[in-house]
Amino acid sequence: MITMTHTLPPALQADNIHKRFGSLEVLKGISLTAHDGEVISILGSSGSGKSTFLRCLNLLEAPHEGRIALGGEDFKLKRLKDGSLVSADPRQITRLRASMGFVFQSFNLWPHMTILENVIEAPVMVRKTPRKQAVAEAEALLEKVGIADKRNAYPGHLSGGQQQRAAIARTLAMQPRVLLFDEPTSALDPEMVAEVLNVINGLAEEGRTMLLVTHEMRFARNVSTRVLFLHDGRIEEEGTPDKVFDDPASPRCRQFMASHR
Amino acid sequence: MNLHGFGPQLLQGTLMTVRLALSAVSVGLVLGLLGAIAKSSRHAALRLLGEGYTTIVRGIPELLMVLIVYFGSSTMIGAVLRQFGIDTYVELGPFLSGTVALGLTFGAYATEVFRGALLTVPRGQIEAAQSLGLGRWHCFHRIVLPQLWRIALPGLGNLFMVLLKDTALISVVGLDEIMRKAQIAVGDTREPFTFYGCAALIYLGLTVLTSGGLMALEHRANRGYRRARS
Ligand SMILES: Nc1ncnc2c1ncn2[C@@H]1O[C@H](COP(=O)(O)OP(=O)(O)O)[C@@H](O)[C@H]1O
Repeated sequence: MITMTHTLPPALQADNIHKRFGSLEVLKGISLTAHDGEVISILGSSGSGKSTFLRCLNLLEAPHEGRIALGGEDFKLKRLKDGSLVSADPRQITRLRASMGFVFQSFNLWPHMTILENVIEAPVMVRKTPRKQAVAEAEALLEKVGIADKRNAYPGHLSGGQQQRAAIARTLAMQPRVLLFDEPTSALDPEMVAEVLNVINGLAEEGRTMLLVTHEMRFARNVSTRVLFLHDGRIEEEGTPDKVFDDPASPRCRQFMASHR
Repeated sequence: MNLHGFGPQLLQGTLMTVRLALSAVSVGLVLGLLGAIAKSSRHAALRLLGEGYTTIVRGIPELLMVLIVYFGSSTMIGAVLRQFGIDTYVELGPFLSGTVALGLTFGAYATEVFRGALLTVPRGQIEAAQSLGLGRWHCFHRIVLPQLWRIALPGLGNLFMVLLKDTALISVVGLDEIMRKAQIAVGDTREPFTFYGCAALIYLGLTVLTSGGLMALEHRANRGYRRARS
């Protein structure tokens, strides 16, 4: 059984990702392999490059160096004049992005569409799912994240926690192979954090493959199979939650953990 | 008010004015959108093109624009055809010339309206669309455009009202719209007050109708925003 899983290509693989903004080098060679079912939390102090790394993975940011593969399929990249790498194949990148759900800190729901319309947009327009079927699937997803009664509301009428849950449903509607969460609870009022974390926890229990950038330390520890600690654009520490939280090799990581109890 | 039998003529003129305004605004909206996209482009050449278009068109008085398009177009088309050995006189005609001239003008001002509106669509919404695999066209057409429309509508409405009245200028090249019908009636009856007054009332009526239409459109476009984030 174990040998079986290891012959499969990893769900997501990134090699030696470099990224700079102007002269500021933000990522200095980050590699990561996520196998199916892994939940990997990415921790680190503000400005260490966590969000930038996550955004590079689906090319919302153009890295300057590196290789990315989803389910064994390499991203086709080409180099622009400024040295950054962008997709060389628009069809491939839209297809691959659709298989990598991305949940944003600021939800980014489309305000001119109802919650239901937000959720069915990509399945209908990109996957060409028949509208009826897309609606049925969307309703099931909204049920799952606990906002079925908001299907016909517009995003502006929802609380932050409800909006983030709707955004998660929208992402799930594309049946992504990997889910990327970029500080999903950082823009929420404290009383709404738990409802979103519950949804994410449920997804972890389903065995979904997830990368999670977060400042919710306790949650990261409980939900993750593996934890990365980023510092200054590099992976400073990596291992099981117990190892990284309780017994990190790096003094910087130890210090970070001590100040984030 | 005695119209001396010119009532049907004025009605015809009104229909012509409406037709011209609608056809010019269609051209103008497309030009305005293209202008805004060009001006917001990453490519310097496109930005320059957009800049050149708006600067030139906005720098030329409307009346002159109409005359240039009307007389210039036949000269230009003639010159091009002669290159192919065809020696005929072709002209756009008053209606097409009016559509082009007024459309160009509307488009130049609409470029600025659309460009301002483009800046109000948050980057994150486009990223959300990209992350779900929506292509560039879907993203523009389904996410950006509907929001652009909502923001731009009041500004475009204003421009349309100006355009509606500028259609009167096309009477100088002989288009049978309200203004020209009124002039003909005045020449016949020597009652300028009656017919110019009539024309004024018609323009006013059209403006009121436009206002109402715009309010309905704005109401529709604002679905989901009312009471939001109060
Ligand atoms: N679009 C950008 N332009 C310039 N600098 C940026 C941009 N995005 C992020 N940075 C910089 O990159 C560094 C890492 O940012 P980020 O990845 O957001 O860190 P983290 O998520 O760990 O807080 C920061 O110094 C930030 O200021």
